[in-house]
Amino acid sequence: MQALRKNPVAVRPVEASLSALSISKLRVRFGARTILEAINLNVRPGEFVCIVGSSGSGKTTLLRVLAGLARADHGRVLFDGAEISGPSCERAIIFQDYSKALLPWRTVRGNVALSLEARNVPAKEQDAIIDELLAKMGLSRAREQFPAQLSGGMQQRVQIARCLAQEPKLLLMDEPFGALDAMTRQVLQDEILQLVAEKHISTVFITHDLEEAIYLGDRVVVLGNSPATIVESMDIELPRPRDQLTTREDGRFLAYRHRLFGLLVHDRSERRGQC
Amino acid sequence: MRRLLLGAIIPVLLLGAWEISSRTGLLTLESLSRPSDILVAGYAALTDGSLLLATVQTCETALLGLMMAAVFGIVLGAVLGLLPTAERIAGPTIEALRPIPAIAFMPLALMVFGFGVGLEASIVAYACVWPILIVTIAAVRAIEGRLLEVAAVLELPVWKKMVKIVLPAAFARINVGLRVAAAISLVVAVTVEIVLNPRGLGYRLILAEQALEIGLMWAQLVWLCLLGYVLNLLLSRVGRGSAAIWRPL
Repeated sequence: MQALRKNPVAVRPVEASLSALSISKLRVRFGARTILEAINLNVRPGEFVCIVGSSGSGKTTLLRVLAGLARADHGRVLFDGAEISGPSCERAIIFQDYSKALLPWRTVRGNVALSLEARNVPAKEQDAIIDELLAKMGLSRAREQFPAQLSGGMQQRVQIARCLAQEPKLLLMDEPFGALDAMTRQVLQDEILQLVAEKHISTVFITHDLEEAIYLGDRVVVLGNSPATIVESMDIELPRPRDQLTTREDGRFLAYRHRLFGLLVHDRSERRGQC
Repeated sequence: MRRLLLGAIIPVLLLGAWEISSRTGLLTLESLSRPSDILVAGYAALTDGSLLLATVQTCETALLGLMMAAVFGIVLGAVLGLLPTAERIAGPTIEALRPIPAIAFMPLALMVFGFGVGLEASIVAYACVWPILIVTIAAVRAIEGRLLEVAAVLELPVWKKMVKIVLPAAFARINVGLRVAAAISLVVAVTVEIVLNPRGLGYRLILAEQALEIGLMWAQLVWLCLLGYVLNLLLSRVGRGSAAIWRPL
């Protein structure tokens, strides 16, 4: 078994120019409460970073800052060298509550078309793009159905298809598979890995499922403490393409899991001590 | 069909009792006329075209006023619903203007527009705008926040956000306001005609009363009833088909 390489906790030695996303000294407050404190994180172009942390640790808040849906109180968040000041088509976000994020009065086709309409893609070209995306996401037969007629997994696929139609450079995913059954989750995990690799999209993926984080990520970042900060950043050196069976049976996979588990349990007991 | 027949029992019995009692002298009230007289007068008014002309006049004015109210109410309501600060600024003014009875503006409207469509439509619009405005504000506020975030992330310009997200999402609720306003529009239009404006069904109603053509007056009343019923039916149809309306957007 290969020894785990421990990284310096706060700042990775990645030059700003090399990173797609660069967060430094980020602090976010809600009223008097500080949610995130001193967050430093760089994401390389095409890198898949998973963020784990116990519930209420501020994972979603961090992702919303990256999407431009929440504001930082202090620190800098750069994407492609420019400060993030609001939402942008370049940074797609996939919400956990897919049923609320889809337009119920539009068909699957119409929901995906929304992104194209936003980008002013001519109507004549839309169908070809949509058909390709739907085929890729296994939604071709559901093309003319409404979201309410689809299963949860299918609805989440629609949301992913809509986000891909944005042609984002950064994909932000907030526990996207949290509400899905285990089988559907595994299928979607593999699909998303294939898609982001194909399009070379940088990804920040939030989950509370440690195994999911290790399976998907090039790196797993652990949020902990209160206010939350990055307590660990772990490179995942598992070969790609990953495989639901062999990757999860790899000795290194288990070692990563062991260590992350220890970190989170430690964090949880500390929090309980505070209460 | 069976339900229709069952529901018809009471009206038929009442009408029969009315006809018989007035013919046998039990009922001598002049204002009540007789069902048969009403039918004859109604048929005459229908065939000579006068009733239809009056109906068109009333409907077009009510509709014009309703449409003005709908455009103004929905646009302003959507803006106020999306911008809490604007709502706080405009709220007190709206609450102050809303309780003024629309009918009280008749003398003012008469001075501005004179007799005719403008007088009537403006008062209808004033009466109809409030339910639409208030329902729209509430409907837009109740839109799922996620949808607005989707609009933000896609960087939709304001008008696209309105047409593609806000209005379709709020439409089912706004439709309730429109239905309430449609009923009001007919009431107000007829009222203005009875009191002031020499056109439409309301005017013919008061004319028939003053000429002591009681049968005709009743016929027109029944006609108005039917009109209101059909209007409500049409509007509930629109509400049910709302998904189809927004599909192309």
